[in-house]
Amino acid sequence: MANDPNSMRTTVRQVRHLGSAKSGTHHVWHMRLTSFALVPLTIAFIWIVLSLVGKDYNTVRTALGSPMIAIIMLLFLLTSIYHMMLGMQTIIEDYVHGVHAKTWSLMGNTFFSICVGLACVYAVLRLSFT
Amino acid sequence: MAEAKTRTVSPEARRPLSPHLQIYRPMMTMMMSIMHRITGAALYAGTLLLAWWLIAAATDARAFDTANSVLTSFLGRIVLLGFTWALFHHLMGGLRHFIWDTGRGMDHPEREYLAQATLIGGLVLTAVVWIIAYVVR
Repeated sequence: MANDPNSMRTTVRQVRHLGSAKSGTHHVWHMRLTSFALVPLTIAFIWIVLSLVGKDYNTVRTALGSPMIAIIMLLFLLTSIYHMMLGMQTIIEDYVHGVHAKTWSLMGNTFFSICVGLACVYAVLRLSFT
Repeated sequence: MAEAKTRTVSPEARRPLSPHLQIYRPMMTMMMSIMHRITGAALYAGTLLLAWWLIAAATDARAFDTANSVLTSFLGRIVLLGFTWALFHHLMGGLRHFIWDTGRGMDHPEREYLAQATLIGGLVLTAVVWIIAYVVR
């Protein structure tokens, strides 16, 4: 079995007697979950942005800081940032094959997503509480 | 080590590969699949613009005016138009995936209709939102 040249399993897996990781559906489920949530949230986000087109600073500031809009914005931001982090992970896993390049890319993806997400969330919270 | 050097083909190289892009004739369903990924990656980069706009709004009137003047410049509008289209196209592609998740719409010609609906839906919704934006402005 371990010497079968047509085996789909890598040598390391065979030597270590490892089966499936049993967590393969976690990623795809979270992708679906966030996609589903993002349908109404994206429509709401576009609605909010449209309502602010051409408005002056104080109007925008007050609107973005009002509870309902801020809550919808936070839901949209957190869901979409998590969704895009999962999506970019798939793209990296599909195209980046070198062990080091892949690890750095996946780390970069996580750091970028968390930084952008935190910055957006901080901005909305600051607009809400100042 | 000696054994590894005498090997001409590694086990990994013998593993089967699926046919890739250059094998296939370009098709609508394939283009929409590629566009879904490209728009997703574009939206990924686009979050930087959203972050910038929100941070500017949270900073002060001057920062907000700077961000606004860049985003509403000619080049800024083109980028935002592309952003809007990418968002709608990706949203339409997502809805198509939900239809597929139920097991429907995978046969010919349904999948062709869905691919066309993705493309047209994304373009139409972008046009509608921008017309509204220019009217309410």
